[in-house]
Order: sequence, then structure tokens, then C-alpha cells
Amino acid sequence: MSEFKIIREKAREAEKKPALFGPDIELAAYTSEAEDIGRVATLVELSPEMKKTASSAGIDPAEQDRSGSFFQVNNSVLFLSTFESGLEVMSITEALKKYNWLKDYWWRAVKVDADKYTAQAELNLHHGYFIRALPGAKVTMPVQACLFLNREMFSQNVHNIIMAEEGSELHIIAGCTTGKDVKSGIHVGISEFYIKKNAHISFSMIHNWAEEIAARPRTGAVIEEKGVYLSNYICMKPVKTLQMYPVARCIGRGAVARFNSILLAKEGSNMDVGSRVILSAPECRAEIVARTITTGGDIISRGHLVGEAPYIKAHLECRGLILKEKGRIYAIPELEGKLPNIDMSHEAAVGKIAEEEIQYLMSRGLTAEEATAAIVRGFLDIDIKGLPQQIKDEISKAIHMAEEGEHLF
Amino acid sequence: MLEIENLVVSINGKTILKELSLSVGQGQIMTLFGPNGSGKTTLLKTIMGFPACKVVSGHMLFKGEDITSLGMDERGRRGIGLAFQTPPVVRGVKLKDVLSVTMGKRGVISEEKIVSDAQRLKLADFLCRDINHGFSGGEIKRSELLQLLAQNPDLLLFDEPDSGVDLENIKLIGDVINDLLGKGKVREKKKKSGLIITHAGYILEYVNPDKACIMIEGSIRCIGNPRDILKEIQQHGYEECVRCLSSK
Repeated sequence: MSEFKIIREKAREAEKKPALFGPDIELAAYTSEAEDIGRVATLVELSPEMKKTASSAGIDPAEQDRSGSFFQVNNSVLFLSTFESGLEVMSITEALKKYNWLKDYWWRAVKVDADKYTAQAELNLHHGYFIRALPGAKVTMPVQACLFLNREMFSQNVHNIIMAEEGSELHIIAGCTTGKDVKSGIHVGISEFYIKKNAHISFSMIHNWAEEIAARPRTGAVIEEKGVYLSNYICMKPVKTLQMYPVARCIGRGAVARFNSILLAKEGSNMDVGSRVILSAPECRAEIVARTITTGGDIISRGHLVGEAPYIKAHLECRGLILKEKGRIYAIPELEGKLPNIDMSHEAAVGKIAEEEIQYLMSRGLTAEEATAAIVRGFLDIDIKGLPQQIKDEISKAIHMAEEGEHLF
Repeated sequence: MLEIENLVVSINGKTILKELSLSVGQGQIMTLFGPNGSGKTTLLKTIMGFPACKVVSGHMLFKGEDITSLGMDERGRRGIGLAFQTPPVVRGVKLKDVLSVTMGKRGVISEEKIVSDAQRLKLADFLCRDINHGFSGGEIKRSELLQLLAQNPDLLLFDEPDSGVDLENIKLIGDVINDLLGKGKVREKKKKSGLIITHAGYILEYVNPDKACIMIEGSIRCIGNPRDILKEIQQHGYEECVRCLSSK
């Protein structure tokens, strides 16, 4: 049996398998069928509404300061571009046809039979992106990738492979969002990252969903010797249920993985988000930093570091702010050390803003609202390397909107 | 500048300030002595408007306006400033951001002034750090003064600006306090007033208050020449003050 058939068989067997975490979703309630929309010549041709929505997820329709773009709506790849040599951007289905060797990376960082969602992505695949930096290529401007869900009750099932070949550098802004009229739907996104020796990937993902959307991203990263993987994840808009637990495996000496997550859960949002790093080669380093805020929603913030090689160093930090009575933050930091000569630590703190901090700023003339906003901004201002200014602006905007529109504080 | 009349203040139901009356005139600097637990810090916090300091009765007038029920941010904007004894760490909020906002509330923001003030107070490297995070005792005191320089208040409250500060930096702190209070100007031209709590009195080597008073058990019990009072306290301690007052 061919490798693809074996994979498919495994997917079928896992079709009903619930995920380990998060509410179970009845996938049969959604459709995976949609009409092909065709292509556009430039992103500027998109409707003003669509451009606005994509922009708020970090996507620039004018492609300023970008080295390439990938734009998918529902099941259709609408637009592709590359502006730099040494960079490849294409749909995954196209890449699988073009490169026979890609099968060696297909479902290697994420298990196809992990749960019903991985199975769904295999059995009802709607493209996804393949982004690759060729050996030694330094692609300093970010590639932007947008996955746009624009059909009611649609299940968007994508599979992405992001690859930085030896000695290369790649930066990606990924925006996932929904059209303004879409209320319900599910996004199933498989992302497999391969960071080769001395390569560097920074991946900044912004999720802008809607109140009845379910999202089940499944991410795995494999980092080779002295490779660097930086993942920034931001979700500050409402979502019905979001569950993800990306795993990075540092398999080469001196590999580095860092996960930064910023979550804001409003009432009605349920987020179960974690990050796991397995350090299985000497001198690897990892850092997981999560900043979570609830204004009435439910957040489970997980983190798991596994040290199984000597001289590794890893730190995990989960901090949460509860700004309204109804909210809940459940922080679950886990350290798993398997050797004596390793250095692993964690820090977790959940609570409301200390009154004395607000009063201190108020004594300087700031109003209670200004003082609270300054502290919240500061709380979210983690030193994120590689986070584009546009996404930083979006974070500020989200805080501002929350303050203005919902009397968050 | 500040008139306090028969102020009774409680914290968590316990009365701390008892029928306290005090007057600080424009351009006047007053030192506040008193044993631990006598209510000195509570008095400054009450003037600043901390919600935990509940005013049970009495009034506070600032520049003729009754501020007894004003919020602390409004008092800050009207020109009352406090240098905290032990301020909290505010993670994520940078010192320079607080300086900018504070300066903006009472005037126009001048980046140059922020930088030059920070250099003077040896805090230029601290501007981009989280406020008070990892600051030493002396750095905290200097950071408090830097914030007051940005706020430019008319009534300055100092809660032990000299505690935990080495001798070299006490001179610097003293010089900055003098500048804040307008030292060198003739009395009539002085616009700023100050109220300084000091335990050891080191700061009085550099700052020259007009008056000193002793607080005992929540009220002002003795007013006089700052140096004479400090000398008395240094020689005989507060027990002698209590004895002297009870014999009157």
C-alpha cells in the first residue's frame, strides 16, 4: 500500500476520535462543500469589506513590505505571489504534485490519527499553503498567508507545510478570519513546520473569529541543529471554542523554540490553548510565554516542557488577568525533566490587577480607566521578537475597542 | 495651600487620625516627626486621597477648595503629589510612559526634560524599565522624585525620602527636593509647599524646613523649630515627647 493510502486509512480509523482536550464538535453539522471562487490578479481587487477584514488579521492587501502572499477563501486559493528569490509560496496540493519528496514531510510533525480533526483535514482537504525558504535564502520581509472562512456552516480544512532549509530565514504573518456575514463555521488547520540546521522561522498568527466559530488548529514543528522557531499567537476576538496545543520538537543540538501567546476571552468564548516543547537534543532552549485576559470567557492555558537531553534550558510562564467576575483562567504549567543536568523552570500567576498598582498610577493623575488600561497594555507587552508592527497595532486596537465598546475595565 | 480641620480617619474600622488639624501655607515646608505607628504615612495618604483611608469627619482644603471627597486622580491633577515610601512594582508599565502621561496631565510633555531630569537623578538607564521592578531602595526614592518632577505639583508630600539611601545620594535627593520646592526664591515668590516625613532627619542636612511638628497617636501634638525638635528627639527619643505632652 502506498504511503498516502496508509495515511488515509489511519485517518478513516480516527474519524470519530474525540480530541484529548476541548469540547467535542459534531463535524457532520458542517459542510465541507463549497463552490470554487477562482482567482484574483491582485489582492487589491478583493471587496473593500474583505480587505478590511483581512487587514485586521495582519494581511496587507497592497503587499507592502511583504515577500509573498497566499490567500485562500473557503476551499479556493484566490491569490499567490512571491517577490524574492529563494522563496516558494504555493498551495499544498500543487506542492505535493510538484515535489515527490514532500511526502516525507506529510503528517510527520502532526499525527494524522491524532483526533477527528486531523482525520477531517486528511479526508476533506481544501488546500492550505506550502511556504519554503531555499537553502541559505534570507527572506527578511514576511510572507503573508490568509485563511478566510466566508461561508456559513462551512468546515474549512487546510494543511500547511512551512519549511526553512539549511541556513535560511523565513518570517510569516498568518491571518485567519471570517467574513462579516458568517456566524457559524469551523476551521481545521494543520500546520507542519520543518526548521533545518541553522535555519530560522518566525511565525506570527492572528486569529479573528466570530462568536459562533469553532477552531481546531493542529501544529507540529521539528527543529534541527541550531535552528530557531519563534511562534507568536494572538486571539483577541470572540470565538465559540478554540482548542490547540502545538508541539515543537527540538531534535538537533542547540535548537531553540519559543511560543508567545496572547489571548483575550470575552463572555461566551471558550479557549483551551497550550504550547509544548520537547527538548530531545543537548543544549536546546525553549521558552513558553502566555498572557491571558478574561472579561467573562473561559481560558485554559496549558504549557508543557519536556527535558530529555543534557544541558537544556527551558522556561514556562503563564500569567492571567481576570477583569470580570464571570471569567475563569485555569493555568496548567507542566515541567517534565528526565535528566539531572537540565535547567527547567516555570512561573504562573492568575488574578485581578492589584488595587495598589492602579492607585499608584492614579496618584500621578491618571484616571482609574487610564491606569487600568496602562497596566493591561503593559501586561500584554511581552518582548515578542519578530512580531510585525501591524500586529502590535492590532493588539492595541483590540484593547482600545474593548475599552470603548464594551466598557471592559 | 493646605488646611486640615479636625480630621478623623480610619483604616479597616480602626481610627488612625484623631481630630487632626494642620495648616501648611504657600511656600512653606513642614517636617513631620513621630514614632512608628503614629499615623504620619496615613496622613499623607489621606491628603493624597487613598480610598483605604476613610475620612470619618473633618475637612481638607487645598488652595481653598474642599478636596475631602475628591478622588486621588483629581487631587493629582489639581497639584498634589506624593513620593511614596515603598511604591508597588507595576510590571509591564515603563517608567518613561508614566513620566510622559504624568507630565501631560499637568502641562506639555517634553521628552528633553524627561531625559535631562532622569540623567540628573542617575536614572537614564531606567526609563525603559518596568516601574520599580528590580530597583534598589535608593533608585526607588530617585524614581519617585523623577515622577514628581514630571508631575510638577504645588503641594509635595514626601514619605521618608531619605530612608535606605546612601549619603552621596541623600545630597542629590536633597538638592532635587529643594529645586522642587523652589529653594532660593524669596518666601513671597515661592509657590510650592512641602510636607516631609523623616525618621532619621538626614534629609534636613540639605532641606531647610520652616516648621516641624510631632505626631503622636494620630494627632499633631507639638510644633516648633525643626532643628530643635530633631535635637530633642535624637537626645531623648519620643518617650520624652509623650511625657512632656502629658505633663502639659
